[in-house]
Amino acid sequence: MADNDLTQDLQDQVKAAYESGTALAIVGGGTKQTWLGEYAGQAIHTAGHRGIVSYAPTELVITARAGAPLAEIHAALAEHDQTLAFEPPSYGSATTLGGVIACNHSGPRRPFAGAARDFVLGVRMINGTGEVLRFGGEVMKNVAGYDISRAMAGSFGTLGIMLDVSLKVLPRPPAQVTVAREQRAADAVQLMNRWAGESYPISAAAYDGERVLIRLEGAESAVRAAQKQLGGENVSDATVLWQSLGNQSHGFFSGSGALWRISVPPATLPLALPGKWLYDWCGGLRWYRGDARADEIRAAATTAGGHAICYRGCAGASRFQPLHPLMLQLHKRIKAAFDPKNIFNRGLMYQEL
Amino acid sequence: MNQSALKEKVIAGLARMLPENALLHVDEDLRPYECDGLSAYRQLPLCVALPDTVEQVQAIVRFCAQLGVPIVPRGAGTGLSGGALPNAEGVLLSLAKLNKIIGIDPDNRCARVQPGVRNLAISEAAAPHGLYYAPDPSSQIACSIGGNIAENSGGVHCLKYGLTVHNILGLQIITADGELLNIGGTAFDSPGYDLLAMLTGSEGLLGIVVEATVRLLPRPQRAQVVLAAFDDVSRAGDAVAAVIGAGIIPGGLEMMDRLAIRAAEDFVHAGYPLDAAAILLCELDGTNEEVSEYILKVRDIMVRCGATEVRTAKDEKERALFWKGRKSAFPAVGRLAPDYYCMDGTIPRQRLAEVLATIDELSQQYQLPVANVFHAGDGNLHPLILYDANRPGELEKAEELGGAILELCVRVGGTITGEHGVGMEKINQMCVQFGSAELTQFHALKAAFDPQGILNPGKAVPTLHRCAEYGAMHVHRNQLPFPELERF
Repeated sequence: MADNDLTQDLQDQVKAAYESGTALAIVGGGTKQTWLGEYAGQAIHTAGHRGIVSYAPTELVITARAGAPLAEIHAALAEHDQTLAFEPPSYGSATTLGGVIACNHSGPRRPFAGAARDFVLGVRMINGTGEVLRFGGEVMKNVAGYDISRAMAGSFGTLGIMLDVSLKVLPRPPAQVTVAREQRAADAVQLMNRWAGESYPISAAAYDGERVLIRLEGAESAVRAAQKQLGGENVSDATVLWQSLGNQSHGFFSGSGALWRISVPPATLPLALPGKWLYDWCGGLRWYRGDARADEIRAAATTAGGHAICYRGCAGASRFQPLHPLMLQLHKRIKAAFDPKNIFNRGLMYQEL
Repeated sequence: MNQSALKEKVIAGLARMLPENALLHVDEDLRPYECDGLSAYRQLPLCVALPDTVEQVQAIVRFCAQLGVPIVPRGAGTGLSGGALPNAEGVLLSLAKLNKIIGIDPDNRCARVQPGVRNLAISEAAAPHGLYYAPDPSSQIACSIGGNIAENSGGVHCLKYGLTVHNILGLQIITADGELLNIGGTAFDSPGYDLLAMLTGSEGLLGIVVEATVRLLPRPQRAQVVLAAFDDVSRAGDAVAAVIGAGIIPGGLEMMDRLAIRAAEDFVHAGYPLDAAAILLCELDGTNEEVSEYILKVRDIMVRCGATEVRTAKDEKERALFWKGRKSAFPAVGRLAPDYYCMDGTIPRQRLAEVLATIDELSQQYQLPVANVFHAGDGNLHPLILYDANRPGELEKAEELGGAILELCVRVGGTITGEHGVGMEKINQMCVQFGSAELTQFHALKAAFDPQGILNPGKAVPTLHRCAEYGAMHVHRNQLPFPELERF
């Protein structure tokens, strides 16, 4: 498919929907639909709005249309040995840049490099009244106006349709190695966080239930030196391994039954919920497969200072952790500030939004 | 209610909720609060409240919300854009007494602090654990974390370690109607919208920060700095691009132009080459091995890009001296003229040579010298305009030149403020940076947080009416901006 600027077309559709009060369901590559399920509204497709608008490698900035396939961005960056350092998970060749940013999806490098939202420099977007707006820009430091472009990350399309996104990119580390070491869960959490607090070139730390997995990345000499200091066994198929943790294609996730994503302070001791666990992000991201009830899971996450998202088998529980009533009120007012007739992705995040 | 009746009512009300000595309302007591780091704008507030507990802050906000009295939050008062300029009809709310470090959590690599804690104090408290707080604005010995959050402050390490927004994990705020709200925490994410992004850099317009959880990083094993001199600024610019193109992200990458070099050298004798048109300071940090590997590469690149001289600091003492020159650049330049005006634009780095040439032309046109220091890694340019406020009309000329420089930044695809914020100072340039649709969206977001508009009103985002007037002002260039403001 060729590059295409559908700004006008998308704007016309939003304006019409605003006039008639029609709900719109924003669809990018559609690769997350099994997770997000059905949401209200007439589909508005962004995948045709694609192409890289500009890319200046030495400025460390790329601007691409929201419908650009993630794979295309990766390919362009790879030509200059650069990368999206937040390691966005890809759920198939159709995964779009807009989808990644809307969900604020970040991979294993997140605790060390930052989340998708940390790399957003600017957006062009359509708000709920059909206006095309530009926030942020293509420079690293910019404090003019509220940081709306960054806040688009993780808003699941409920505040507007992203047209273009400018992202900070970084050099691809020249060397990497992954080492593994057998541990019990509680020791694994402790070890990962101890090492993360020292000056090793660590770029990922996970625990698969048996082994702590540490990825070292950086200058060749630095990686070799750290590997020697940390010890452990070399993992050979590491690239695939880390991808499979990022996009949940790892064997841990296969099969049916409930799957929860629990986000807690990384050094939190293992939660007392029966089932199988996989830790990423130094222990800050915990995947849980087990039979605990939704309210038990959410209570455990909240007590630890975190929250839980249901990925599948939710048995009637809400996907996202319910918000405190004050917080929900504020969310409703923010939503209304961008989308006064509540046309975008109605009910996708919360029923009230 | 007339002004004095209102003042009486506000003071009586606040006195009931504050300890003794925590409420100032006599002119001579208010005087120290009449401006922040941008002293050209001054205004006495109705009164100054100095709460020392979160509950007091909450009570003050509730009280002001009931009466519809504006609140201007203030941290250490080091801001450079007039963000903490008092409101004549409002309460100046100082958060300086909320200055406790609540806890350092080395396992989760974060610190819980009150807003009045100084930036540098966090790193000092974290040091025994081998950790530090990365953003380091030049005022870090004095500025407070609450102010850093309000302005999304930067520093010299932003390219590698990010701005304040990248280093905040959680906030506790008092909303405009006096509710206590917890946002984020110690986990890597939280449910709902990214309110941390909305609040960081919101200049006190969306909520009042009463506690923050900040991210701590392990201190790098080693840092080493290379100084390179160039006889042409565009070559120095090319060298910056070449370093980054080679896949190296320096911890700090700073540029100074001829006037700034000379001023700094006279001031601290850092050993800077005085015949250079520009110097680069490139600091690499990380593991021992990585720094050793990259320092050689950087030296090579500098030479290849035509550096007339390349030096690596031979020891920690010389490294500190190289930096001292850069870090003293503002006061050093300040010795060249009675006054200077510090600008804060960001540009795409590839337009640097062109921007500096145009600034030079503007400088000649306005007959005011301009020294440039540049966070070259992230494109954040600080032109320092030299002037003499005692000469009639010169401050206005300096401000007009500053405005022209900011508009130049927008024209080349950059922004009017990289790290100092809009505040009162750059409110007119916001009309150049954004169109009416964006400004309207900003106002709608503000109203979602603060429907009554009592938090720091009139700052950061101009009204459309003001922009219309500013547009007209451009036609009559001699007309003074902000005629309603006092001039000193």
